[in-house]
Amino acid sequence: MSIEMTKAETPGVPLLEVRDLHVEFRTREGAAKAVNGVSYSVDAGETLAVLGESGSGKSVTAQTIMGILDTPPGRVTGGQILYRGEDLLTLPEEARRRVRGDKIAMIFQDALSALNPVLTVGNQLGEMFRVHRGFSRKAAKAKAVELMDRVRIPAAKERVNDYPHQFSGGMRQRIMIAMALALEPDVIIADEPTTALDVTVQAQVMDLLAELQRDFHMGLILITHDLGVVADVADKIAVMYAGRIVENAPVHELYKRPAHPYTRGLLDSIPRLDHKGKELYAIKGLPPSLTAIPSGCAFNPRCAMAQDICRTDVPAQVDVTERDGSPLGGRSSACHFWKETIHG
Amino acid sequence: MPDALEKEAVPTAGGPATVAVVEAGPAPGRARSLWSDAWRDLRRKPTFVIPAFVIALLLVMAAFPGWFTSVSPREADLANNFLREPELTHFFSPEWLGYNQQGQSIYARMIYGTRASIVIGISVTALVLVFGSLVGMLAGYFGGWIDGLLSRVIDIFLGIPFLLGAMVVLVSFDTRTEWTVILALAFLGWTTIARVMRGSVISIKQSDYVVAARSLGAGTWRILLRHVLPNAAAPVIVVAMIALGGYITAEAVLSFLGIGLTEPAISWGGDINRAGGQIRTASFLLLYPSLLLGITILSFLMLGDAVRDALDPKLR
Amino acid sequence: MADRGEPILRVRNLVKHFPLTRGILFKSQIGAVQAVDDVSFDLYEGETLGIVGESGCGKSTVAKLLMNLEQPTSGEIFYKGEDISKLSGRALKAVRRNIQMVFQDPYTSLNPRMTVGDIIGEPFAIHPDAAPKGSRDKRVRELLDLVGLNPEYINRYPHQFSGGQRQRIGIARGLALNPEIIVCDEPVSALDVSVQAQVINLMERLQNELNLAYVFIAHDLSIVRHISDRVGVMYLGKLAEVGTDAQIYDHPTHPYTQALLSAVPQPDPEGRDTRERIILAGDVPSPANPPSGCRFRTRCWKAQDICAEEVPLLAVPERYKDSDTGAKHESACHFAEDKDIVHA
Repeated sequence: MSIEMTKAETPGVPLLEVRDLHVEFRTREGAAKAVNGVSYSVDAGETLAVLGESGSGKSVTAQTIMGILDTPPGRVTGGQILYRGEDLLTLPEEARRRVRGDKIAMIFQDALSALNPVLTVGNQLGEMFRVHRGFSRKAAKAKAVELMDRVRIPAAKERVNDYPHQFSGGMRQRIMIAMALALEPDVIIADEPTTALDVTVQAQVMDLLAELQRDFHMGLILITHDLGVVADVADKIAVMYAGRIVENAPVHELYKRPAHPYTRGLLDSIPRLDHKGKELYAIKGLPPSLTAIPSGCAFNPRCAMAQDICRTDVPAQVDVTERDGSPLGGRSSACHFWKETIHG
Repeated sequence: MPDALEKEAVPTAGGPATVAVVEAGPAPGRARSLWSDAWRDLRRKPTFVIPAFVIALLLVMAAFPGWFTSVSPREADLANNFLREPELTHFFSPEWLGYNQQGQSIYARMIYGTRASIVIGISVTALVLVFGSLVGMLAGYFGGWIDGLLSRVIDIFLGIPFLLGAMVVLVSFDTRTEWTVILALAFLGWTTIARVMRGSVISIKQSDYVVAARSLGAGTWRILLRHVLPNAAAPVIVVAMIALGGYITAEAVLSFLGIGLTEPAISWGGDINRAGGQIRTASFLLLYPSLLLGITILSFLMLGDAVRDALDPKLR
Repeated sequence: MADRGEPILRVRNLVKHFPLTRGILFKSQIGAVQAVDDVSFDLYEGETLGIVGESGCGKSTVAKLLMNLEQPTSGEIFYKGEDISKLSGRALKAVRRNIQMVFQDPYTSLNPRMTVGDIIGEPFAIHPDAAPKGSRDKRVRELLDLVGLNPEYINRYPHQFSGGQRQRIGIARGLALNPEIIVCDEPVSALDVSVQAQVINLMERLQNELNLAYVFIAHDLSIVRHISDRVGVMYLGKLAEVGTDAQIYDHPTHPYTQALLSAVPQPDPEGRDTRERIILAGDVPSPANPPSGCRFRTRCWKAQDICAEEVPLLAVPERYKDSDTGAKHESACHFAEDKDIVHA
C-alpha cells in the first residue's frame, strides 16, 4: 500500500500514531535514553499537546517522526511511527522524504535560524512547490504570495522579495507557518512555536495556527512547556517526563483533576494571573540526567507520594477511572498511586 | 522562615533537613575545571594521544640527541660511504637511513636537526603568544581609538606575506643564527594571535559575568586578569598550537631556500635544501627528513585540533 | 496606601538614548534609539517593584541604568537622597555595595574558569572591608547554605551545576555584600517550570529574612504578579501604568496593559472560549523612530487625534481621582478606563 493512494481516511486507524518509541543518544557519559517507550496518536482536526520540560524527550520524539533526528549520535532502538497505518521507520529514505513536508510538516521555535538568511522568503516558500510539485519559477512565486496572504503578512506582494532578517519575529514565525502549510500537509508538528515571541505576538500567532488547523482539517501536535498555551488550544494532552508519557488526558480533565503527581506539581507550581496566591508549591530536586534515570518510576526522587514500590517497579500506563470504576474516556496515568492522586 | 525551608526539603528526611538537599540532582562530583575536564577527555582520544606522544618524543630528541644515535651528525667518513643506500633493516644504526654525499649519517642529522626545528617553533610561538595576546587584549578591551590604532597596525602586518616578508628580513643578515630566524618569524607572525585575542576579548567583555564583576565594582585590572584573560586564553592557545606547526614549516622552507640557518647549524630544512640536487640519484636524501618534518607538523596540527574540540563548551 | 517612609530609591525623569552613528573614521550621528524615555518611579525598603513589558520596551536598560552600568542621557537616580547616576570612582564603588544584580542567564553570568567559592567570594576581594580575610571562606559557606546549596560545593566549577543551582550561586553572589536593593533582570525566565518555583520561593524567603527591596524585571506577567507589591508596565521606553499588583491586574486602565493581560495564555481551559481577547494588530514600532504623542497609539483601538498630538502624562486619571476602586492609580492614557480582563 503506497502512501499516495491512501488519501481517504480509514476508520479506526489514527492519522499519525507513535507506538512504543525508543530513542537513545550516544554521549560521553554513556547512552542517554531520551525516549523510553512513548506512544501517542493524533487524528485529523485534532490538537494534541505534548507537555514537558527540557530533556523530557518531547522534541526528540518530534524529530524522530519528521525523520530529522541526527544519527549518530541519535538512534531509534525500537517502536513504530505509523502514518495512516504505515510504518515510516521502515520506509526507504526516498519515500520518507516525500512524506516529510508533503504529509507531515514541522514548525520550529527559532524561525530566524530555520530560515536561510541569504535567500528571499519568496524563494524559500516557492522552493517547496518547485521541488515537490514541479512548479515553474513564476508560478511558484505566485503561490508564495498567496501563502503569505493566507498567514496575513501585510503587503505580501512587495514583501515576497525581502530577506528573513527584514521581518519581525512574529512575521518570521508566520513565514515558518506558511512554509509548513505550503503543501497542505495532514499533520503539523509545532515545536515551541511561540516560545521566542512576545506575549501579544504569541497570541496573534497561536490564533492564526488554530484557525488554519481548523480550515485545513489538519492534525496538530503542539510541543510546549507552557501550561497556559496548552490550556488555550489543546484537545488532549500527553505529559512527558524523562522520556516517558506519565499522563494522557483530555484538556479539561487534566487541569481539573490531574492523575499524576508530576502533573499536579506542575499545575501547583505556576503563579496565576488572576490572584496573587501564597507561596508556590515547588517540586523538589531536578529532572534526572538521561544517562542515569532513576529505577522504578523516574519521578520517584522528586515525588512527595513515593513509596518503596515506586523505587523498584516501573509503573505501567493504566486507564484512569472514576471512583466507582466507570471509565474516563481517553485518560491514563503511569503512577502506582493514580487513584490517590486523582481522588485524593 | 522555617516553613519555607521545610517546604523545599525532602519530607521523608524529616527533622532538621537542611535546604542543601533541595537540589539533590546530579551531585557534582569532585571539583573539576574546564581544563581538567578537557584533559579527562583528551587522554582517551587517539587523535590526541598519538600526536602528543610524537611531540614528546621530538622534545626528548631535541634535548638529548645523544640518546638516539652514537655518531656525530658532522662526522664525515668519506672513505666509508658516499651516498650509501639506506640499510632499512639496521634500525637506529648510523647507516639505517643512508649517508649523504659527505658521508654523514642521515639518521644522525635528522636527530640533531630536531633541536633547531623545535626550538624555533616553540620560541616563535612563545614570543608571538605574549606580544600578540597583549596587543589583542588591549585593542579588544579598551576599544575606541586604541582599537582603531592597533587594528590598523595589525592590518598593515597582515598585508605582508609571511614567508616573503621573512625572506626580505633574513636576506639582510649575513650570518643567521636560530635567534635571527626566531625574531624574524615572530616579528611577522604575532598578528594572527592578536586578531584571535581581540575577537575573543570583545565577546567576553560583553558577557554577563564581566558585567557582574563591573557591577560589584571590580577595577579594570581585576576584570582583565581574573575574568577576561583566563577565558580568552583557550582559543588563543589552540591557534598558537596550530601555528607552531606552521613556524616549523617556515623555518624549513627558509632553510630550503638557503636563507634560514647558515652552516654549521643543522636543520631539517637545510638538509632538504641540499638534497634537492640529488633527487634523481639519491631520493632517500630528501625522503626521510621530509617525512619527519611532515609528521612533526601534522602532530602539532592534530594536537591543536583535538585540544580545540575538548575545550569547546558547545560540544560538551 | 500606608505610609512607608522615604523611598530608598527615587528615579526621576530617567532618559537613555543610544546614538545611531554612521561612518567608521568620522562618525556622524544620524539618530538615536530612545530605549528609555522619561521614566520615574520610587522603590521602598523591603518591597518588590515589578517591571513588565515586551522585548525592546527598555526594561533591561532601566536595570543597567540602576546598576550604573550605563550612563543616563538625563535624569536622576537618588539612593537615600543622593544622586548616584553621576558618581564615579570610590564613591560609586561604595554605593555599589548597596545595590546588586541577579542576571537572567545562569549559564553566562558565572565565570566558567572560577570556582563557586571564588565567584561568591569575589565581592569580598573587591571590597576587602566587607569581610576580614580570615572569615571569607566561612562567609562564602554561609551564603551557599543560605541559598540552599551544599557548602561542600565551594570548590566546584559552574558547569558542574544545573541551571537552577547556578541561579542560586548568582543570587548568593548578589547577597554577599548585604545589599539593600537587588535588581533582578528576568531571573527565572531561563529555568524550567518546576525549577522556577524553587527560585521564586527562595527569593521571597530571602526578601523576608534580609529585608531586601527587589526591582523585578520580567516579561512573565503571572510571575510578576506573584512576587510584586507594585507593578510598572513599560511600552516602548515609557511607563504606561503603575500601581499595586491588584490595581494593575484587576483594574487595568491603560489599553496596552489590558491587551497584554488578555494575551497571556492562562492555565485554565474552562474560560478559553468565552474569555475576551484583545489581539493587537502589527508589531512594536522601532524605538529609533517612535510614534508622536502616545507611543501606543499606532496599535491602540481607542486612538484619536489627541493621541498623536499630546503625550499622555503618567498620572491618576481625572475620572478616577475620587474613586475608591482599584482604578485609582497612575496611567498614561488620554482615555483611561477600568476594565477587568483577567477575571472576565
